[in-house]
Order: sequence, then C-alpha cells, then structure tokens
Amino acid sequence: MPESVLQTFTITRLEILDPAGNADPALLPSLSGDELRRLYYLLVLTRTFDARALALQREGRIGTYPSVLGQEAAQVGSAFALERSDWVFPSFREMGLHLTLGYPVHQLFQYWGGDERGQRTPDGMNVFPISVSVGTHLPHAAGAALAARIRGDRIAVATYFGDGATSKGDFHEGLNLAGALRLPVVFICQNNQWAISVPLLRQTAAPTLAQKAVAYGFSGIQVDGNDVLAVYRATREALEKARAGGGPTLIECHTYRMADHTTADDASRYRAPDEIEAWRERDPLLRFERFLARQGLWNEDYAAEMKGKAAGEIDEAVRRFEAIPPPTAAEMFDAVAAELSPALKSQKNRLA
Amino acid sequence: MPQLNMVQAINLALREAMARDDRVVILGEDVGKDGGVFRVTDGLYEQFGAERVIDTPLAESAIVGAAIGMAAYGLRPVAEIQFLGFIYAAFDQLLTHAVRLRTRSRGRFSCPLVIRTPYGAGIKAPELHEESSEALFCHQPGLTVVVPPGPYHAKGLLTAALRHPDPVLFLEPTRLYRMIREEVPEEEYTVPLGRARIVRPGNAVTVVAWGSMLQRTLDAVTGYDAEVIDPMTLSPFDSATLLASLAKTGRLVIVHEAPLTGGFGAEIAAIAAAEAMLMLRGPILRVAAPDLPVPLAKLVDHYLPQPEQIRAALDEVLRY
Repeated sequence: MPESVLQTFTITRLEILDPAGNADPALLPSLSGDELRRLYYLLVLTRTFDARALALQREGRIGTYPSVLGQEAAQVGSAFALERSDWVFPSFREMGLHLTLGYPVHQLFQYWGGDERGQRTPDGMNVFPISVSVGTHLPHAAGAALAARIRGDRIAVATYFGDGATSKGDFHEGLNLAGALRLPVVFICQNNQWAISVPLLRQTAAPTLAQKAVAYGFSGIQVDGNDVLAVYRATREALEKARAGGGPTLIECHTYRMADHTTADDASRYRAPDEIEAWRERDPLLRFERFLARQGLWNEDYAAEMKGKAAGEIDEAVRRFEAIPPPTAAEMFDAVAAELSPALKSQKNRLA
Repeated sequence: MPQLNMVQAINLALREAMARDDRVVILGEDVGKDGGVFRVTDGLYEQFGAERVIDTPLAESAIVGAAIGMAAYGLRPVAEIQFLGFIYAAFDQLLTHAVRLRTRSRGRFSCPLVIRTPYGAGIKAPELHEESSEALFCHQPGLTVVVPPGPYHAKGLLTAALRHPDPVLFLEPTRLYRMIREEVPEEEYTVPLGRARIVRPGNAVTVVAWGSMLQRTLDAVTGYDAEVIDPMTLSPFDSATLLASLAKTGRLVIVHEAPLTGGFGAEIAAIAAAEAMLMLRGPILRVAAPDLPVPLAKLVDHYLPQPEQIRAALDEVLRY
C-alpha cells in the first residue's frame, strides 16, 4: 500500500503597509479618514501613556510596570476591531488595548500603582481584570464564548497573550476546547520574541505560532504586528467569522518588545543591541505616520497637536490617580466574598 | 416521599435546578450521554440537551477555566471533576482565578460556580481515585468547601450551593453514594451553607467527623455519652456550634480520613484551643489517616481510621 498525504497546510502572513508607509490598495481595510486619524491618536496615546508610566515608576510613584513600547499597533489595531458587546480577556501587557476600548486611564495608573480598585472595569464594559498568571485566562475566554452561545448572544470573545503563553498547558486546553466546540473566540498572540530572557527559538520548534491552530482544527494567521492596518483587518475578519458561527481563529501578531520585560528587568543582559536597532525602522507609529502623510492626513503640525492632546489626557489621568485617597485596611475584605463569614467579620474588625 | 440514595438525591437537585433556572449548565468529562461514571448526571442530557449538559475534552484545567468564564458571563455552571484526585490539574484555575475573581475585579465580576467531585477512600479504585485532600482547599480564601453526609442533606446543600454567589467545592463522599437511603422531598428546599449540625446529642465528649468517617464514628460511639457534630461545610467552619458543644462536654475528638499532618482537624483543634481553652478538661485528640498517599485496595482498610481507634481516643480523653 502506498503512503498517502493526509494533511498539508499553509500559513499566510498579512502585511498591508511596508516600512516606508506604502500600502497594498487591494488589502486596505475600509476606514474613513476620521477613523484612520483616531487610530493614529490611539497609537500616540498608548506611547505617551507608556513613557509616562515608565517615568512614574522611576520616580517611585507607581510600582513595577511592563512597557508596551513597540507593540502599540498589535494592541490598538486589534482592539479597534472589537465591538462594545464583545468580551475581552487581557493578559498584563495590553495597555494599548485598554486605552483603545476606553478604559479609564487613571484606573490603569491606579492598578500599576498597587491599588486593586483600578481593576474594577466600568459597568457595561466587558473587559476581564488583568491576568498576571501566564496563559491561564485562555480557558476563561472559551467559557465566556460557550456561555454566549448558550445565551444566544451574537458576540465574539477576544483574548490576548504572549509567545511564552503558547508553551503552557492552558494554551492547549483553551484552544482545544474552543476548536472542539467551535466557539466564537479570537486568540490574539502578541509574539514579541522574548519571554523575559527566553527567545522564541527556545519557546518552540515551530517556525510560526500561527500554525499551532492547525492542530486544533481551525485557522491561524500571522500578521505583521507592527502594521496597525494589517492587525485591524485580520482581527476584524476573525471577529466577524466568530460572530457568524465560523469558530475560533488564532492570530499571531509578529512584533517586538522594544523595552525591558518590566521595570524590574534589564534586557541588556540577554539581548544584543543591534537586534533592537534592526526593529527600530519597523516602529509601528513611524510606519503609520508615513502612510497617513501619503494620504494627506498627517503633517508635523498635526502630529504635534495630537501629541499635545495625548499628553494633556495623560496629565489629567495622573492628577486624578494621585488624588484618590489610599484604600483602607477594611477594604481588603470588601470583595473577597459576597457575604463575609463570621471568622472574616472578626478578622475585619480586628484590622479596621 | 421517595427513598433515595445520594446519587439519586444529587441528580434530583440538579434536575430541579436546571428546570427552574436556565442559567444552570453542567460540564465535565462523560457527564452527557454516559450520565457520569457514577451516574450522578444520568438522564439530564436527554432532558436538557447537549447545550446544557456538555461533554468536554479530557482537560480539567479547561473544565474549571471554562466554568469561570461561563460564571462571569452570567451562567451557573456545575463542573464535574471525575475524581478529586484529578482536580490537581485544575488547582491553578481554582486558586489563581476562581477564588480571586471577585477580589481582583473589586466586585465587578464574580464566580458563582459549583465544582462537584467524588471524594474519599474505601471504594477499591485505582490510584488518585480515593483522595481526601479537603484541607488544601479549605486554606483558600473565598472558596466554600462542602461535604454532604447523606441524600437529604446532599440535595439541600447542593441547591444552596447553586444559589451561592461565590465558588463552591462540593465533595461527595464516594463511599456513601449508595450506602444510605433517606426520605428526600421532591419539592425544593435548601440546607444552609456554613452551618454544622448536631447528629447525636451527648454530654461527655464532642466528636467532630465528616464524609465517610461520620457513619463510622456514629457506629463507634455507641455506648458513649458523645455528642457528634457534622460540620457539613468545612470552610467557612461553623465554630459557634463547636464552641457551644465544648461548653457542655469539655472534651474534643476529631475524626477524618485525610492524613494527620495539616489536615482540617488541625484547624478545628486550633479553634478549640484558642476559643475554648478554659472549657477543656483534656487534650484535643485527632483520629486520622497516617501521613501517606492513599494505598490501593489491599491496604486501604489499614489506612482508614477504624472504629477501635475512635473508641481508644474516646477512652483516653474520658480519663481526664
């Protein structure tokens, strides 16, 4: 009996903008001038937030902080594709996601400043609290998608994680469950090449992370994660497919973490400086500026105006954050359970 | 009123809850067509369909993790873990997320899920099918841990658990599944969580026991003036019932089938020592399994506390 080929697969990579800002017109998503400018503002806002958070950390005004520098397009582009009714399960390095969704900026500072009250998502906004535990929130996304289908809600669920998370058991269990039950989940991997000091080559022997979806019975795509329009387009298509009952998608945003893992890390111990330099020319903000300039939507004055506006918004958020009185010891007890047990009541009284 | 065993009583509680509230859904391995390996979910798949009785892939972390997402979305998931010994793969989900979701989100999201699982030794099953690791879970703030003693209470406690706003771990003593039959009302009732019951009143010594050790303890105390307390909910523990009993008896014996060291008996002993020191007339004694993994069938009877060990502890404490 001859051997036969049972399966072959291909993984596509989507890029719409080249580093010079030239676009492939056949792939351009249909976004208005206002929407394109909104995207630009959100990229600027994310970068401004990030720089301010790093400065606040150095001044001791917030705690350890994980920079999003270089990953703005992956976050803003994907989040811009979400509907307000969709549910979102973030990891911990997605401040661009939160800012795009309209999460109160002062609450982001509050959380990184060590005040858990910053994690209280505003009512009507379906964003789960930040998950510091790597990859364990992927099954939650599958569960919410299952619940939505049982309820008859035509929504999609998006969940964010990094390349390191793809090594975890919960990555497999979450994707496998979503595939087996054909759930409306979009798995958004920000492959930023490094899990603290461990490079992608030590994370997996697979040439792409997108191809991992194949084993779970659904499609995976790699997008240029520094191309905000490519990320937007891929996410939008995956979300629409999910809402229409077409099942899950894995999107690998191929990007790069320009900064240290967190403010407690020193990437120069494990990363060559020329590697960072090679990615500098692929800066997501720079590339989108070049594209907008070609469209007649951008010039230096406009950039300065947007940077000023973002700085003002961040200033205001920092003022608001720092005006919030610190939580009291009694507040530790307020959200541990719907009702306090007698033992907890007496523990609360002792501390209050 | 029908005479039911615990499997049937739990099945009835689930059936009623699902009929009453369409948010209640069951998920787990083999819970659908097969009706669960102990038949606890028998017939529910036929009655409520595959969207509400969901056979999942063989993946405990995914089962509990998905249940967390479902609960946060607004459903009332009942996740079945086939045996307590298999829950360790989902320990991360339970500790990292289920019990912390309300705190972490400052009350914006909650996690009203019930995890049901057979627990305890004495059914002559393979390794990891007879675990009694309740103390691991009682240490977790935010988790309610329930051990039903028999059919009537199992139905009422499970109904209460299904209305509880936070995660509940429901440990079903496997050895009792078909051992006891009781009258179980078909109408809806609840047995409140967090409250112990005095199973047998007495004046000379207080004995606390739960799960499959409860029945063994009741047999062992025949002829003693012993008050037997069944906590039913281990966490949060009902200290008030214990302390009221100690005020009367002044003596305490705790019986559990989990290993001695760090077992939940240690917590009860600490509560008694801190809150009832001056009422005590003798040492607090624990009758427990040795600090060993649960052995297989040929040795399990040597592992589980025996009636003579319980009586020896009673005799010792009554000497004071």
